Amino acid sequence: MSRVLATGVNEAAADGAVVDEAAADGAVVDEVAVRSALREVVDPEIPTVSIVDLGIVERIRVDDSAIHVELLPTWVGCPALEVIKGAVEDRLVAFDRHAEVVFTLAVPWTTDRLTDDGRDGLRRAGIAPPGDGVVACPFCASTRVAMDNLFGPTLCRSLFYCRDCRQPFEAFKQI
Amino acid sequence: MTTTVDPTSDPAVRQALDSLLLSMADDEFVIGFSDSEWTGIAPMLEEDVAMSSIAQDELGHARALYELLAAVRDDAKDADAIAFDREPDEYRHCRLVDHGRGNWAQTVVRRFLYDTADAVRLDAVVASSFAPLAELAAKIQREERYHVMHARTWFDRLAARAGEPRQRLDAALDVLGQDAGTVFTELPGEPALVAAGILGATMAELERRSRAQLAPILQGHGLRLPARDPDAAGRSAHGDDFLWLWGEFTSVRRLDPVATW
Repeated sequence: MSRVLATGVNEAAADGAVVDEAAADGAVVDEVAVRSALREVVDPEIPTVSIVDLGIVERIRVDDSAIHVELLPTWVGCPALEVIKGAVEDRLVAFDRHAEVVFTLAVPWTTDRLTDDGRDGLRRAGIAPPGDGVVACPFCASTRVAMDNLFGPTLCRSLFYCRDCRQPFEAFKQI
Repeated sequence: MTTTVDPTSDPAVRQALDSLLLSMADDEFVIGFSDSEWTGIAPMLEEDVAMSSIAQDELGHARALYELLAAVRDDAKDADAIAFDREPDEYRHCRLVDHGRGNWAQTVVRRFLYDTADAVRLDAVVASSFAPLAELAAKIQREERYHVMHARTWFDRLAARAGEPRQRLDAALDVLGQDAGTVFTELPGEPALVAAGILGATMAELERRSRAQLAPILQGHGLRLPARDPDAAGRSAHGDDFLWLWGEFTSVRRLDPVATW
């Protein structure tokens, strides 16, 4: 992130642009900078996946008075949503500008929105990413797996068992 | 979603939309709370997890619907105030979810009947001219699919096992089946909702669709859905099971209205 921000500052300086307060602290406040900052905000229940890679950052808009961030709820009843909203607001404090963080349903979040990095992050957390009916063990990649329970410890996960490495594991539900 | 209805423009439409949102929210809230009673005491550990997860989904859907209703009313009362600050006779959930959770077969039958009905109802608002409801319904539909799969699996499992499982299932269907149609109790102002494109079809038509979906599944087990109890009070009268549940789910709120929990 620091590289992106530094580049932004240099460009602004080269252009002779007005340097605002945040830039004086070494940061240009624009969509790229905000998105980059939000890569540091992780899902509280899956700390290996950033909210950007989870695909829930729908829109970022920066104007003179505020930073507007629209997030998509993964599951409507997910208790982590308020925690994520708070974490985003906390992260945006560094930009020293009013932040407005809202959830929107204008676009339904689906598991297709997970990025490749997000899918890797799920595996690192021991959670199989969703895969069009094919679930592979996050530990040994075997597809000789059995579903133990459609429902799991959180709304977004099911419980599986790997018949090859004999590990129980969780899989992200496809929606 | 080609046109967007502003529900505030016509008081009659606004009142009817209020009834629709309240009925959907109360159904999800009451069945969610009722099913959460299984946490820790379901017949097997997997079902503790499943029912807890399903109940959490339903309460989440209820909250989103109450929030939508609060926005439509715009009277400074938030979702929690609508959910918790009413007297029992002010709730508008249907009689199907008014029953207590009962035994496991009763819970399975109720979930099967309710999830089928709820899916039909969501289908009728997913293209609603009131865009916020259409968007929420599209989101909820994706989650409810898992509830339908779960309910159907258990219904088939109990129906296929002769002896006590099947006997309990039959008994549950006798009682709950005649209330299945109460999900589709005619709403106040319903013609205005249909005319405005907020609701895709009348409740009577939705009940017909729901029965048509249930019929082949029930027939496959040699079962049929009982006729709707003509005396069923729909959404206005509630029994002792609900009075007890109301006492449970409002207990913290009544103890301390500003508690954060």
